[in-house]
Amino acid sequence: MSSKLIEVRNLVKHFPVYSRGILVKKQIGVVHAVDDASFDIYKNETFGLVGESGCGKTTTAMLLLNLEVPDSGEILYQGEDVTKVFTSGTKEQRLSLRRRMQLVFQNPYSSLDPRMTVYDIVSEPFRNHGHIPKNKWDDRVYELLEMVGLEEYHAERYPHEFSGGQRQRICIARALAVEPEFIIADEPISSLDVSIRAQILNLLSELQQRVGLTYLYISHDLSSVRQISHRVAVMYLGKIVEFADTDELFNRPVHPYTQALISAIPIPDPRKKINRIVLPGEVPSPINPPRGCRFNPRCTCTESSCRIEEPKLVDIGKGHLVACHEGYLSKFA
Amino acid sequence: MSENILEVEGLRTHFYTEAGVVLAVDGVSFNVLKGETLGLVGESGSGKSVTAISILRLVPRPGRIVEGKITFQGEDLLAKTEEEMRDIRGGKIAIIFQDPISSLNPVYTVESQLGDVINTHQRLSKEDVREKIAELLQMVGIPEPYVRMREYPHQFSGGMKQRVAVARALACEPDLLFADEPTTNLDVTIQAQVLGLMKDLKTSLGMSMVMITHDMGIVADITSRVVVLYAGRVCEIAPTSVLYERPRHPYTEALLAAVPRIDQRKKLAIIPGNIPNLISPPSGCRFHPRCPYAKETCKEKMPELEEIEPGHLVACYEWRNLSLNGVG
Repeated sequence: MSSKLIEVRNLVKHFPVYSRGILVKKQIGVVHAVDDASFDIYKNETFGLVGESGCGKTTTAMLLLNLEVPDSGEILYQGEDVTKVFTSGTKEQRLSLRRRMQLVFQNPYSSLDPRMTVYDIVSEPFRNHGHIPKNKWDDRVYELLEMVGLEEYHAERYPHEFSGGQRQRICIARALAVEPEFIIADEPISSLDVSIRAQILNLLSELQQRVGLTYLYISHDLSSVRQISHRVAVMYLGKIVEFADTDELFNRPVHPYTQALISAIPIPDPRKKINRIVLPGEVPSPINPPRGCRFNPRCTCTESSCRIEEPKLVDIGKGHLVACHEGYLSKFA
Repeated sequence: MSENILEVEGLRTHFYTEAGVVLAVDGVSFNVLKGETLGLVGESGSGKSVTAISILRLVPRPGRIVEGKITFQGEDLLAKTEEEMRDIRGGKIAIIFQDPISSLNPVYTVESQLGDVINTHQRLSKEDVREKIAELLQMVGIPEPYVRMREYPHQFSGGMKQRVAVARALACEPDLLFADEPTTNLDVTIQAQVLGLMKDLKTSLGMSMVMITHDMGIVADITSRVVVLYAGRVCEIAPTSVLYERPRHPYTEALLAAVPRIDQRKKLAIIPGNIPNLISPPSGCRFHPRCPYAKETCKEKMPELEEIEPGHLVACYEWRNLSLNGVG
């Protein structure tokens, strides 16, 4: 396996919640957005992060980019401590780190400035980072547009003249403008139409091969995660509950939540009948997550230990990690 | 063959906007059989939702039903007065919208919103209405119905709100239920709950259902027949298993090949280009600019639906010459 690009160790982010008093602000709780997450991302891989809304996927992405500051834990980018660079590094160090990591957002309708032309949008990173001499800007912009499947004449147009899929292509071109190594794609296809989703997914894979990119692919759509990722982590209420190679995870899910999540996805083939595991209830509030295993109120196989002790991620072989008392037991019993 | 509960013939609903006339629904014909679950499939702008609100005669301005015939239980809906339509809406035909946050009124309690529907269609005493509401909420799986009915929509989670919307639609035991992307805004585990609920209720109440969606997985899961829409026209109508196994319209084939599947990894096929602008749609077959099999005739004349085997209709000139792939 190739070398590690990013190492995340015991990452924690809590958000305080305040009461809506007029005169006094009182803290009434803490949202456990990300709790003790650890994982590595290897060079040239696509790392999938799956979970339902509110499970901490996007917060994890924000932490990696230092758009949120972690409460504790470490993020190493090729051995460099990201948090340290942003708190005490020089401007050059910060910019050089920013250049290596980029983000593509979910909604291409709100993540492009409607008053800038595509040329301005794609060349803005050149202005900020100064890595391309001004007389090369035109060539580079056209090259980037070509890479994402747009034409030269598109450069003079404004975002509103494009469809959703094309806008997402512009966002990808903008992310590529700084020649990054690592791109976080936060639900890049969920606001697009079905026939357009395949275009963007294929474009991402193609670019990965062409430029040698590493992706963190965040989504709640398990089908697309299976399609594009090499390894997948499943999050539930701020915790990583299972983590494995894509095929291993989808063929042999061990955690009851992963099993339910996978079985909940309808398969576009009427001949396939799935034994659907319908989970009772809803995702509890991350302000007061359940004691013990956070999944225990919705789980079928609750043991007494699940209500008391929080299960740790345990390697059950071949890099397949699971945080479940039951899953751990059933594999080794 | 069971009888039709709904027949739609040559429906045209256009929107007269400042930018031009949007041909949102442009000659759509299909039928809904008694007791079946029909899938109405298409991408955004294909006209699926406009078809539904046309049938309920709820098309907002500047839209207008220009032409067509809608027959529900043998009666012509387009000939009804507004008064008569009010009896039908919520009484015999009900609809669940995509977004429960905007389809429930935030300033009324659940009790008063469900009560409104019941009082409009039935004469019941106050106590009976309350009891009925409690029954409905229980039926859709909301615990402690007498407590929860006094609450406002914001006190319910997304999945629970959609359950309330389902309860409201079912309040008067409609014969036909339209579900317009009822699970698009929900998380996957909640989607599984709501879909399971709707499947059970449909069977136990014996109604017909039209499921409007763009998710080919949901279609495979719960429908028995499918109508595929593209740019305001019907491409293909077929029993669900036939449609997935041997699609005969290039758009259906492309749609099936472009969807990632959770049970396998395959090379995703791409449908080139974008969904057409319906102010000036392409000439001839509306799919021809994106169709890999398009011939000269496809650019000139619009193909009509043609029955190629019992129950399987296709609007494509080339279907005889194509061997299209289904799933699996």
